[in-house]
Amino acid sequence: MDRLKILGKTTGSRRAFTIVFALLAVFSLLAASCGNDDGVDIGDRGTAMGDGSLGIVEVEEGDAIQIRSLEAITGDVAFFGLPIDRSTQIAVADYGQIHGFDVDTGTSLDDLCSNDGGQAAAQIIVADEDVVGVIGTSCSGAAVAAAPLITNAGMVLISGGNTSPALTSDLAGNAGPNYSVGYYRTAHNDLYQGAAMAKFVFSELGISEAAAIHDGDPYTQGLAQAFADAFEREGGTVTGFSAVNKDDTDMVPVLTEIASGSPGALFFPIFQPAGDFIADQAPGVSGLENTVLLAADGLLNTNYLGLPQTAGMYFSGPDQRFGENVNQSTGMSAVDFLGEYETRYGESPAAPFWAHGYDATVLLLDAIKAASWVESGTLKIDRQGIRDYLNGVRGFQGLIGTINCDNFGDCGSSKITVVENIGGEENAETSISNVVFSYEP
Amino acid sequence: MIRRARRRGAPRTGVDWFLTIMRVAAVTVIGLGLLAFIAQEINTDNPFAQWANPDATGLTGAQFWGLIISGVTQGAMYGLIALGYSMVYGVLGFINFAHGEVFMVGAMTGMITSNKLADAGLWESNFVGSLVFIMVVSILVCSLTAVIMERVAYRPLRGSPRLIPLITSIGVSFFLQNASVVLLGPAAKAYPDVPDWIRNKHTFLDIEGAKILVILVAAASMICLYYFVERTKSGKAMRAVAEDAEIAALMGINVNRTIVKVFALGGAMAGLAGILWGILFRSVIHTTGFLPGIKAFSAAVVGGIGHLGGAMAGGLSIGVAESVGPLVILEPLGVSGVSQLRDAVAFAVLIGVLLLRPAGLFGERLPAEDRT
Repeated sequence: MDRLKILGKTTGSRRAFTIVFALLAVFSLLAASCGNDDGVDIGDRGTAMGDGSLGIVEVEEGDAIQIRSLEAITGDVAFFGLPIDRSTQIAVADYGQIHGFDVDTGTSLDDLCSNDGGQAAAQIIVADEDVVGVIGTSCSGAAVAAAPLITNAGMVLISGGNTSPALTSDLAGNAGPNYSVGYYRTAHNDLYQGAAMAKFVFSELGISEAAAIHDGDPYTQGLAQAFADAFEREGGTVTGFSAVNKDDTDMVPVLTEIASGSPGALFFPIFQPAGDFIADQAPGVSGLENTVLLAADGLLNTNYLGLPQTAGMYFSGPDQRFGENVNQSTGMSAVDFLGEYETRYGESPAAPFWAHGYDATVLLLDAIKAASWVESGTLKIDRQGIRDYLNGVRGFQGLIGTINCDNFGDCGSSKITVVENIGGEENAETSISNVVFSYEP
Repeated sequence: MIRRARRRGAPRTGVDWFLTIMRVAAVTVIGLGLLAFIAQEINTDNPFAQWANPDATGLTGAQFWGLIISGVTQGAMYGLIALGYSMVYGVLGFINFAHGEVFMVGAMTGMITSNKLADAGLWESNFVGSLVFIMVVSILVCSLTAVIMERVAYRPLRGSPRLIPLITSIGVSFFLQNASVVLLGPAAKAYPDVPDWIRNKHTFLDIEGAKILVILVAAASMICLYYFVERTKSGKAMRAVAEDAEIAALMGINVNRTIVKVFALGGAMAGLAGILWGILFRSVIHTTGFLPGIKAFSAAVVGGIGHLGGAMAGGLSIGVAESVGPLVILEPLGVSGVSQLRDAVAFAVLIGVLLLRPAGLFGERLPAEDRT
């Protein structure tokens, strides 16, 4: 009898256990089916954007939101990347906290304006899972390597300086060969810049034969090709299309190759120091004595404009007549920004794209704000939400003007200007605003 | 290389056949390219001229002359740097890879000194005097750099396997590059503007003043160096140490002092080349010495390592080949992007010379221990 009681009690307990286990399993399945695909608890997110599909970054109370700056801050093209890096720092300071959390840019990283540099820096960035977005790179060549790594890690990369069409699209709905989902830029697409310079040479200068030189970098090659294509569309003839190595000093051979076509204009959208040597040696090459020399935004800086051999040259670049433009999120105007920049760094920005860097940073911070919420004192940021916000940017008022992002991350303005170098070190800053031609498609 | 050469009458191996094929291929490519170029120059509609490159336009006489002068100028600077490589190899039997950086130190010294002179107004008012002054300063600084390098980095390793000072020289090279970045920053530095007679072409031979200056100074330096090495007591000591350091020591020659003189002399030539570089290109950066250094080393090998005249001849060969080769040989053959291949052409000259004449154009002069 006792034995039966014991058995009966034991059997009842097992049944109760089985029922409780089954209920738990059912609740678990229900909870799982209601949650996101990754099984991440996205909690009470309110109106925060995103579906959690790229993961949620959690920032504990007292910690800072991590973003990074990846620009060319050393070497020959530091003049180009430093102003963008500094613009990022100013933008972060202007923007202030997001939902009560500070934003930390960490130590600025260097893209070295090269594929290898971009790759090395990107590997450092993606090793830190707390980073949500990156401002950079300065050079398109660096972005070709950095963008896939950074975007595959769920982060976004927003550039203020890349202009190569390969990184976004051909502006006709076809993705460029190096396009990565999660890549955006506030700089223009070089298809606009190439078209602007081609129109200027053909229509304004009345030159019907032109040549182009690049250095193999995606930026320089893309822009030289864009110029050549647009020039032929205008009705001109491209008499030569050649390339140099970035570390070449003796340019006589390549200039002789170009001279054999007797071009009226030579467009070389490259960087220093190779650009110094071309401008210096071209007039001494037989057949190029009277050829008009043209360059692009990679050489549009006070250092280059101050060189004696660059007097009279023409440079294409983004329209920098920002006037009274105001960034809608921070209230900073272009004029105030330049004052702030000079106060902080004791000089004016040496190269264009400082405003693009500022707007890129503010866009990223706005995106983080839109895709994050606070839960139990912890800030949660939805990585997909950041992309959703950026994909939907339309009519955003920035320092560079109105910003609209297309389906391939091109958010920049299409306004391009051509300036003429007055000549002389003392006139370098004046030359940057000596606009002789404006273009907008 | 000499020892590996096939003995007369010995059976041909697979390697011999391979080398023969490579020699024939090299000569064929050069020959075809040259013939196509000549055909272009005669008439661009010539079917042979358009055989590989239908868009070929050929070069005018002035353009071809410009390429030759550009190559000679560049080659003269390679030659001056190559002298340092060749002398050190002749005496110590190792390649001082940091020598290219000594050249960079010379160019940087010239940049600093010339800008100081420009600030004081002397560069414009007395250009020739200023030029001589910066050359003297650069020679002194580079000689001192080379001597310190020998004393600190190489002398303690004397007698150790040759690979060890070779690796050390690579380390010294990086040290000098990075020291330049720390002291002067990473950006390119400009020389002050030069007078019109240096910048512009002269009716005499249609050459820029800077290029005439480079050619004349390089020729004068070569003559002075040759006289020093062949006719002075110190030069005789250098040759004796290069011949056999131990026997030279037994004859009463101070080997250490002689080696220091070799480094100082090599440094002086590099310093001079650095100034000429600055006057010609008016821009210098911490990596300025790397590629010219490698090409100068190739020039020393092409000329026959250890041979002073050979170093200069090798420099001129490489300079002219990299300037002329892409447009005269490769473009007529329809190769695209020829201007980016100039470095490849320079090193192809090295490979070609080693294939056809393994001891270099003038033959190697090796230390005693290498000959045994």
